[in-house]
Amino acid sequence: MKKRLEQLKENALLKIKSADNLSALQEVRVAYLGKKGELTALLKGMKDVSPEERPIIGQFVNETREALEDLFETAKAQLRLAELKVQLEEEVIDVSLPAKKQKTGHRHPNTIALEEVERIFIGMGYEIVEGPEVEYDYYNFEALNIPADHPAKDEQDTFYINEKVLLRTQTSPVQVRIMEGAKPPIRILAPGRVFRSDEVDATHSPSFHQIEGLVIDKNITFADLKGTLATFAKELFGADTKVKFRPHHFPFTEPSAEVDVTCFKCGGKGCRFCKNSGWIEILGCGMVHPKVLEMSGIDPEEYSGFAFGVGLERIALLKYEIDDMRLLYENDERFLRQF
Amino acid sequence: MNTSFSWIKSYVPDLEVSPQEYADQMTLFGTKVENFQALNADLDKIVIGQIIKIERHPDADKLVVCQINIGEDSPIQIVTGATNVKEGHKIPVVLDGGRVAGGHDGKKTPGGIKIKKGKLRGIESNGMLCSIEELGSDNQMYPEAPEDGIYIFDDEAVVGESAISVLGLKDVVFEYEVTSNRVDCFSVIGIAREAAAAFGKTFTPPLIPVVGNAEKTEDFIKVSIEDSELCPRYCARVVKNVKLAPSPKWLQRRLTASGIRPINNIVDITNYVMEEYGQPMHAYDLDTLANAEIIVRRGKAGEQFVTLDGQTRNVDESVLMICDGEKAVGLAGIMGGENSMITDQAQTLLFEAANFDGTNIRLSSKKVGLRTDASGKFEKGLDPNLALAAINRACQLIEELGAGEVVGGVVDVRDETIAIGKKYRHFLPLDVAAINRLLGTQIDKATMLDFLERLGFSYDENTDGILIPTWRQDIDTMADLAEEVARSFGYDKIPSTLPQSGTTGKLSFSGQGEAIAREAAEAYGFSEAKCYSFESPKVFDKLLLPLEIAEGSEGEVSNNPSEQHTEKDESTNLSVPKTAGNRPPQRVNGAMRGGATLRNAVRISNPLGEDFSVMRTQTLDGMLRSLALNQNRRNTDVRLYEVGNIYLPTETSNRENLSKQAKTFYDKMEAEGFFLPQERMQFTLGMYGEGDFFALKAVVEDILSKLGVNDKLIYENPTNGRIDLEERSYLHPGRQAEILYRKNAWLGYLGEIHPLVAEQYELKERTYVAVLDLPAVFTFASPARKYEGLAKYPAVTRDISMVVPKGILASDIERIFDKKGGAYLENYELFDLYEGDQIKEGYKSMAYSLVFRAKDKTLEEADYVPAMEKLLAALENERIELRK
Repeated sequence: MKKRLEQLKENALLKIKSADNLSALQEVRVAYLGKKGELTALLKGMKDVSPEERPIIGQFVNETREALEDLFETAKAQLRLAELKVQLEEEVIDVSLPAKKQKTGHRHPNTIALEEVERIFIGMGYEIVEGPEVEYDYYNFEALNIPADHPAKDEQDTFYINEKVLLRTQTSPVQVRIMEGAKPPIRILAPGRVFRSDEVDATHSPSFHQIEGLVIDKNITFADLKGTLATFAKELFGADTKVKFRPHHFPFTEPSAEVDVTCFKCGGKGCRFCKNSGWIEILGCGMVHPKVLEMSGIDPEEYSGFAFGVGLERIALLKYEIDDMRLLYENDERFLRQF
Repeated sequence: MNTSFSWIKSYVPDLEVSPQEYADQMTLFGTKVENFQALNADLDKIVIGQIIKIERHPDADKLVVCQINIGEDSPIQIVTGATNVKEGHKIPVVLDGGRVAGGHDGKKTPGGIKIKKGKLRGIESNGMLCSIEELGSDNQMYPEAPEDGIYIFDDEAVVGESAISVLGLKDVVFEYEVTSNRVDCFSVIGIAREAAAAFGKTFTPPLIPVVGNAEKTEDFIKVSIEDSELCPRYCARVVKNVKLAPSPKWLQRRLTASGIRPINNIVDITNYVMEEYGQPMHAYDLDTLANAEIIVRRGKAGEQFVTLDGQTRNVDESVLMICDGEKAVGLAGIMGGENSMITDQAQTLLFEAANFDGTNIRLSSKKVGLRTDASGKFEKGLDPNLALAAINRACQLIEELGAGEVVGGVVDVRDETIAIGKKYRHFLPLDVAAINRLLGTQIDKATMLDFLERLGFSYDENTDGILIPTWRQDIDTMADLAEEVARSFGYDKIPSTLPQSGTTGKLSFSGQGEAIAREAAEAYGFSEAKCYSFESPKVFDKLLLPLEIAEGSEGEVSNNPSEQHTEKDESTNLSVPKTAGNRPPQRVNGAMRGGATLRNAVRISNPLGEDFSVMRTQTLDGMLRSLALNQNRRNTDVRLYEVGNIYLPTETSNRENLSKQAKTFYDKMEAEGFFLPQERMQFTLGMYGEGDFFALKAVVEDILSKLGVNDKLIYENPTNGRIDLEERSYLHPGRQAEILYRKNAWLGYLGEIHPLVAEQYELKERTYVAVLDLPAVFTFASPARKYEGLAKYPAVTRDISMVVPKGILASDIERIFDKKGGAYLENYELFDLYEGDQIKEGYKSMAYSLVFRAKDKTLEEADYVPAMEKLLAALENERIELRK
C-alpha cells in the first residue's frame, strides 16, 4: 500500500511538471485528488489493510495528500505567474496615445483672480459683502464726499437712470452702506460690477469690476494700510514683490495714495510690460475721510479706518497677460479654456 | 500739465538733480511725473558756424561747397544742397560723429541720425547744415525759421557755441499728472513750490515790481459786477501805444518748451503768465468797447454770441458774460468775442484777470459746447489772489518787452471777502498727536512745522495753529494736514504694520452658494461667460416677447422669503389627476417672471448707444449671443454658464440688510418716486452640440442637489395644463419647463430655444438654456447634510411594464408611485420608453423598475405586495394598461 502510494506520488509529480497550463494542471489535480481520483480510489483499498497498520497507512495517505496539495499549489502559482506574464505582455498599451478627455468647464479669468483676492483677504479677517449695482446718487457720490457739483462726478462718466439713480461708478458706495449699518470693528471686501460710460476698446469697457476693501476700528493707521496692502501684493504677485505708495487724491480718503508693485515680468528692471518703469500701478487707497465717517454715522474722533479699491480686470489682464479687454466679454470658449 | 526743467530751475536755483531723480522724487512727493523728454536727447555735436565762402560744386549743379568757421583754428568744408544760405550767415552745423533728430521733412528718427564725414560727388564734406526740422522742431515753434531751408541765427549768435543751448533745446520737458484738488499745481510757480519743498531747496518766485505811468486806469475803464457770486473778482489794466512784435527769444523758448506756439508779444505774454501763475487772462481792444465800460452779468435766454473762433454760441441765464456798455464781448472764463478781438491796428488794450466760480464755468462750458485752456483752469476754482498778481506780472512784462505803455493803477472790483494782502484762507489747529495717530508715526512737532512751512503754510504761535495759504483750496481738515506731513515725511518711510483686531473672514451665504453652483456646472463642461448688464431694447423683439401682459399668468415678484416655503415639507402636495390634463391650475410662488413684463426695464437716460440702453430683465440675450459667436467661430459642443444680475423695476424695495439710516433715506427717496430696481442674481446655462434637454436637466438637478435643494423637483410645461403658466416665447413651446420646488415655489426654467429665436441669433444648432433664479434657490439651499446609513438588508425589485395614454406624463405616473408605493418603496427608475409601430395609436410604452427595501429587516412578500397592488390599481384607474 505504502509502495503504491509512493508510486502514485511519483506519477503525480511527473504529471504536475508536465502540465503547462492551469486547466491541464486542474485535470491532473482532479485525476489524483478528485472524488473519482486515484488517491481516493486508493483510499478505498484501506479496508484491506490490517487494523494495526491502518493508522500508519492513514497517516501516510494524509501526508501524501498534503504533499500533493502543496505541489499543486506551488505549480498553480508558478503557472498563474507565467500566464499573467503573458497576459501583461499582451496588454501593453501605447501610453503616449491621446487621453480620453472628459470635457470640464473653466472659470472666467476674472473670477479666478477675484477668488484669489478674496482668499487672501478672508485670511486676514475680511468678510465678503455685496451692494446694489443700480445705486442712489447719494451713496455713489455725496456720501463719499463728492458733492453735487464736484468735478469728479464729470470725470467718472456716469450712466444715469434718473436724477437720483445711477449705475454705480465704483464699489465705494458699499463702504457707506456697511458703515451705516455695522458697528466697528469692520473689515469687509466688496467686489462687484461697476459702470462708466467708456466706449468698448482694448483697454476700456463700459462695465467692469472693482474690489473695495474697508477697515474701520479704533487706532487704524496709515501704517496699517501700508502693511495690509504690502501683504496683499506679496500674496498675489509673489513674495519678492515690492510696493510703492505714491501720494494721490480721492475725495473720500485723506491721506490718499496710489500703489505700484514691482513689475512681475521683469522684477523691476524695466520691460515693455511696465513701460520700462519697473513698476505697475494696481490700486488706489487711503485713510477714510473724516467727513465720510461722519456722514455714515461713525465718530471720527473715536474711530479711523482705511479703504482701497482694486480694478479686477486690471489684475486679471496683468496676471494672465491678456492684451485685449474685449476678450473678457466675448466668451469665446477657446479663450475661456485657457484658464 | 507740462513744464520745462529750466523754467522750474529758475525759481528753485539750487535744484541740482538729474531729470530721473527729479521725476522720482516729485512722484513720491505727490506730483506724479508721467514722463519726461530731453529736447536734445537725439542731438549731439551741433555748433553755431558761420559761412565764410560758398563755391559751386564742380560736378553737381544742385550742390555747393561751403567753408565754415566753427570757432576753431581752421574752417571746415561742408557740401550742401541748401539754397537759402549766403556767405556770412550763421547756421547750426552738425559735426562729424554728431547726431540730428530726424530728416528735413520733419520725420523724427528714434535715437537720432548719426552724421559722418564723407564725400559728396567726390568733394569732402565734414558735417551738415541743419534745418529746424532736423533739430526736432518746426517753424510753428520757431517762427523765425524758414519754411524750407537751413535755420539761420541772428547776428548776435556766437560762432563755436552750442547751437542746442542757443535754441533752448538743452532742456527737459516734464509731463505731470496733477490731481484735481491741487489747482495751484497747474502752474509753473505751483510746481516749482512743490519741487523746492520736495528737495528741501529755497523757493524764489519772481518778484514783480508794479509798473505804470502817471495816468490812472479808472479814467480809461469802468468795471461793474452784477453777479459777484459767479465773479468774485475782476482786475483790469490798460496798455497804450501797443507795439505788436515778435517776443524775445527767451520768452519764445520757454513757451516752445511748454508746447505753446509763439505768436506775438501780447499773446505770448498772456500765455506766459497763464503758464506761470495758472491764471488765464484776456486782452480786449479798448477802442471797441462801448462807453469804455465792462459789465459782468449773466446771459439772457436765447442770447447768441460769436466767439473769437467765429462760431455762434447759444447762451442763457446760467452763462456769465463779459459785456461793454452795449453788447457782450466775451464768454466769461471761456473765450473772448470776435467783436473785441485784437487786430494789428489795435492801439489800446484792456487786460482782464478775473476770478470766476469754477462750477459755473464748468457747467457753462458744457452748455455752450466749448472747453478752452482758460475754462479748464477756471473750472477747478482758482485762488482769487492770483488775478492781481498775474495782471501785474503781465504789465511788467509788457514794459520789459517794450510792447506798450502801461497805464498806472488797476481797477480791482472784488467781493468783500477778498482783501488785498490776505495771504491765508483760514486756520487749522495743529494736533500733532492726532496726525501721528492717523499715520502710525512718531513725528515731532518741530519736524511737522518744518514740513508745513516749506509748503508755504505758516505757524501761528498764539493759537498753536496752522495758517492755510489762499492757493491751497484743498486743505480743510486735520486729515488734509496729515497728508501734507505724510508726503513730506515720505510715504515710503512710514512703517508697515497690520491692524490689530479680531474679525472673522468669510464668504457671504450667497457667495458660497454661487461657488458650489459654479463647480457643479464646470464639472459638466460648462465654462464661465461674462455678459453685459445692459442691452438693446430690440432684444425684446428678438426674444419674441409678447407686447401685452397676459392676464393672470404672472407669478408675484416677491422679495420676502417668508412668502416662500422654507420649512421642510415632505409631501409634494399635488393630487393625482383623475384624468390627465384637467387638473385645476396651481399657483406658482416666488419671483417667476416672463412674457411682456420682461419688456418693463430700467432705462439708462444717457446710454452709450441704443445697444447699451436698457438694464437686462433676463439673461438670454447675452448667453445666446455668446453661443452664436462660438458657433460662428466653429467651436463645437460649447457649454457656457453665467452668474449675473437682472434688474427688475419695482416699487417695493428690497429692505433686507438695510441699516436704519438707509431705511430713512430710502423712505425719502421713494416718497419722491425714486426707486432702486430689484437685482436678482441669475445662474444661466446654455449649450449646443452634444447633449439635449435631458442632459441639461441633469446639470440643473446636480447643481440644486449640491446646494442642498434635495427634494423632488417638479417640471411643468405650459402646454400640458397642469399649472397656469404663460408660455415662454423664446423657448420651444413643447420643450420648455418651469422648475418648481415643494409647494410650487418657482426656482427657474429650462428649455430648447425656439427655432425663430435661434434664427434671430443665427444659431444653427439646437440650443438649450436653463436659468436658475439664485435668490429663490438660496431660500431652500442649506449646507446641512444627514447621514442616513447604508442599506444592510436586501432589496426587492419589481418591474412594471405599461401602455400609457400619451397625455399622461412620467411625473403623473411617478406621483402615483410616491403616493401609493408604501413605506418600503425606496426608489424607481424608468428603464424603457417606446412610442411607435408596435404600440397602438395615442399610447406609449413605459417600463419602470421599482425597488423596495426596509432599513431594519429583510422584506417579505406581505410587506410590499399590498402596496404594489394598490399602486397597480391606481395606475389602471388612469387608463394605464399593465403588461403582464
